[in-house]
Amino acid sequence: MRSSAGGSGMSSTVEALRRWPVLRWQSVIKPLVFTAAIIPFLFLLQALFSGSLGPNPIDELTDQTGTLAIRMLLISLALTPLRGLLKNTWPVKLRRMMGLFAFFYAFVHVSIYLLLDQQLDPAAIWEDLAERPYIMAGTVAFVILIPLAMTSTRGMVRRLGRRWASLHRGVYLAGAAVVVHYVWLAKGDLIEPFVYLAILMVLLGYRFVRLLR
Amino acid sequence: MRDWMKMAGIRSSEITDEKLFRQRRQLLQASAAAGVTGLIAMPAMAEGKALNQPIVKSSFSTDEELSTKETVTTYNNFYELGTDKGDPVRYADRLQTEPWSVTIDGECAKPGVYTLEDVLKPHAIEERIYRMRCVEAWSMVIPWNGFSLADLIKRVEPNSRAKYVAFETVVQDDLPGVKRNVLEWPYREGLRMDEALHPLTMLAMGIYGEELPNQNGAPLRLVVPWKYGYKSIKSIVRISFVEEQPVTSWNMSAPQEYGFYSNVNPERSHPRWSQARERRLSGDTGGLSALFASKSDTLYMNGYAEQVAELYQGMDLQKFH
Ligand code: HEM
Repeated sequence: MRSSAGGSGMSSTVEALRRWPVLRWQSVIKPLVFTAAIIPFLFLLQALFSGSLGPNPIDELTDQTGTLAIRMLLISLALTPLRGLLKNTWPVKLRRMMGLFAFFYAFVHVSIYLLLDQQLDPAAIWEDLAERPYIMAGTVAFVILIPLAMTSTRGMVRRLGRRWASLHRGVYLAGAAVVVHYVWLAKGDLIEPFVYLAILMVLLGYRFVRLLR
Repeated sequence: MRDWMKMAGIRSSEITDEKLFRQRRQLLQASAAAGVTGLIAMPAMAEGKALNQPIVKSSFSTDEELSTKETVTTYNNFYELGTDKGDPVRYADRLQTEPWSVTIDGECAKPGVYTLEDVLKPHAIEERIYRMRCVEAWSMVIPWNGFSLADLIKRVEPNSRAKYVAFETVVQDDLPGVKRNVLEWPYREGLRMDEALHPLTMLAMGIYGEELPNQNGAPLRLVVPWKYGYKSIKSIVRISFVEEQPVTSWNMSAPQEYGFYSNVNPERSHPRWSQARERRLSGDTGGLSALFASKSDTLYMNGYAEQVAELYQGMDLQKFH
């Protein structure tokens, strides 16, 4: 009895040891990615307070936060296919966090626009919405992202069930609206928005192929 | 340090740039008065090479607060050097400006390839402080050094078929922006003859009493203060007198947005930027105050309507934008 209990104790220790590096890796990856995603924000704050954002700081902040928002959004979309490619579930465990980072940067981006760029001037904001298609596209993207961020809690996932999944497919729509936002605002140089467009198409294509199979 | 200066209403950039600039101006005026050129030692200002000649102050100048030299020389649109605002200063060294010559051709009596020296030599250099309004809804106040384009035009004697003047920027294959076809090179601009002859229209070879930095369009550029900035073509290598309205780069790229005339017009809506207001970039970027500066109303013809409105009498400027 004793020896057999000892034996099983031994084998479970071996088992734990074998799994140990994997556990370690999985427990640090989230804080690591969190740190990586927040660092640009800290850099922006630092640049802001040291006055090193250049001659047009509001524009610089708008561009930087917009770029961060779309990149986080695309990263969060890439995590699902990554699970399939790596045959490992850790990527999807980062999905909520990256999605919320995308929303965070988009929120800062839009706040800078409203508070600093337009100084909450309703007439100017309305003019922009009505006359500048890229502002409308950005607004569409942001409006889609709001309910997604609000329903990202575990409780909401559980409560909405299947509907949660269909609601959160809206993120592709938001991604498309952001790409349109960028294409329409770019002056001359379309490389960057087209790179984002290409990435979005690949991700969407992957989803479709999986659906058809 | 910065904070007490702020409380005292002093901007650090003002101290470094403007004080030296004022000193320089006084010296230049003194040297001009004494008829001495290039003999007085100038206070050293970061990098730029001082213009060694008398500079006459122009009555066309605005007395608005100057943008700092740093602002004017680090925030540029010069797509041959890259599309980011910081690219032109970053890659400024790649632009080769020596030797430089300007081809003047077309409908004129004295066409030819003129060296930069030939172009500049006969002209008295003025300082003109102009507002510069970019189509991207920001503006600066810049002390240009140069002379009226009209004075050069008269030298080469255009004939009656010369209805327009076309300009081209240099194309150097190893410039980072030229390697990519963001625009169709060479960069091209144009003016109607009467616009080109207008006394406000100038050729600049300096700013702040110094040689034009590469990122600002060295060694010779156009400045047309009542038009959006992209009309003021940089690093000019060709000036042609032509009968038909010439093609212009931004118009080729997006005709509905950028017309041939491109006069600053707060009433003409633009799909990317509101042209009704502008952000004045003066250079106060230290600390948070720059973030809460409000925009100002954009003036019709960038505030030069009184001088230039007659050029466009009877024209529908919504159509001919
Ligand atoms: C109410 C919604 C939004 C408004 C009013 C807005 C406004 C703006 C403005 C004014 C610019 C700068 C244009 C310029 O530099 O001329 C910009 C750029 C940008 N925005 Fe937005 N935006 C919105 C939503 C979004 C969202 C949701 C995203 C991404 C998730 C986004 C991503 C970007 C990107 C990538 C850029 C380009 C940055 C660059 O030029 O490098 N925007 N936006």
